[in-house]
Amino acid sequence: MGHIGKQTITFDNPPIITCAYASAGPKEVQGPLGEYFDNKLQDELLGEDSWEKAESKLIRQTVQGLLSKANKTPQDIKYLFAGDLQNQVIASTFGLLDFNIPFFGLYGACSTMGESMCLAAMTVAGGMADLVMAGTSSHYCAAEKQFRFPLEYGGQRTMTQQWTATASGFVLIGNSGTGPKIQAVTPGKMVDLGIKDTFNMGAAMAPAAIDTILTHLEDTNQKPSDFDAIVTGDLGNCGLDIAVDIANKLGTDLSGVINDCGKLIYDDAAEDTHCGGSGCGCSGSVFAGYFYSQLIKRNIKKLLLVPTGALMSPGSTQQGHTIPGVAHAVSIVID
Amino acid sequence: MANIKQLKSQYQQIVKSHSPKNNVLRNSLRAFWVGGTICIIGQALTNVYMFYGMEREDAKMLMTVTLILLSTILTALNVYDNIGQYAGAGALVPITGFANSMVSSAMEFKKEGYIYGLGAKLFVVAGPVIVFGTIASVVVGIIYYLV
Repeated sequence: MGHIGKQTITFDNPPIITCAYASAGPKEVQGPLGEYFDNKLQDELLGEDSWEKAESKLIRQTVQGLLSKANKTPQDIKYLFAGDLQNQVIASTFGLLDFNIPFFGLYGACSTMGESMCLAAMTVAGGMADLVMAGTSSHYCAAEKQFRFPLEYGGQRTMTQQWTATASGFVLIGNSGTGPKIQAVTPGKMVDLGIKDTFNMGAAMAPAAIDTILTHLEDTNQKPSDFDAIVTGDLGNCGLDIAVDIANKLGTDLSGVINDCGKLIYDDAAEDTHCGGSGCGCSGSVFAGYFYSQLIKRNIKKLLLVPTGALMSPGSTQQGHTIPGVAHAVSIVID
Repeated sequence: MANIKQLKSQYQQIVKSHSPKNNVLRNSLRAFWVGGTICIIGQALTNVYMFYGMEREDAKMLMTVTLILLSTILTALNVYDNIGQYAGAGALVPITGFANSMVSSAMEFKKEGYIYGLGAKLFVVAGPVIVFGTIASVVVGIIYYLV
């Protein structure tokens, strides 16, 4: 066990993802993966009076759902790794407050599912805990309000824009039990190729995704075809095309094996989402809902999950900063 | 391993080649017919008010108020953002767009209270229009005085 190559960590006793639970909003449930979400929301407010409170409730429902699905109590969970897109990760704070589980609040933009799973796996594999929880969420309306315009503002979305998913995914990671195992993780470097367009996040994140994927392959001495699927977080349609293109230019052919949670979650033509989905909850719910079930059914036996994040705030882009990307790889196998 | 940073100089070009383009012709046609329709409604309202005996100036004022009211109601009913998504500048430029920008802000930020929420953020979208509109009118006024 330990550090290999440039930045990868492998585990001798691979931590096990013993259970996963996904919640998704009405628009996400209408999409092609609708049937795979455990908790299908009827409306985006969840009976609350603000988007922010609704996202906290979404998290609460997801964690509660995961605990009952796994037949566990909050006391069984030693640590909780979670984050979201709201300022000061406040959705996670109020969503998780009442569970009384020691809490690491994380911000990795939309890469948070990867970041939380990396840290959770390292905690379990290092013998610091027998069972931990990792997860994330995002809410379309809360994200629009914070990063873009008031929801009812009548502006026009650009063709490269993606739709922030109203969704949440949480997983249990432990040192015993059955389920897919986390063989290795590659925490990603921040990569910045100079993108400033906040309406083209896929372009901002694609270089980080490719940097992490190629580094993982090199560190672990594998090739793309060793995986049944390499799945990025939320590059979207345009970002995924860019990712395949730049991987080719660097001498690695990923076409055929690579896919993207943001590309999968919506029917773009019918749902008018333009370039696909985004948000922490996109990769969180698509992994916990769709890909986890595919692993359990052995339709996929080896998966490289690479959630991707665009590191910016409304203020940083207004001050002329570029948008660096970050991506964390989690290599998951099932016997 | 090949270094990703070597692509930096050509990256903007790579992004451009994969990014879907806005359909300018289609968007322009939609903006034209929706924006034009809003203007026709405005003219029709003015004519109706004048038909019922109002002076032209009063009728125009009442027409403005009516359009603002309509936009406000459509925003509150979650309809105006769909018109904006369809028509772009056609829904943005007329006075209905200005009303929408204020009402949508009010709806969004009233959750943070009437002072620091609604009151402070009512002009979060419309503010620049007022600031630079006022400055422009001062500049034009000075020019008008001199000429």
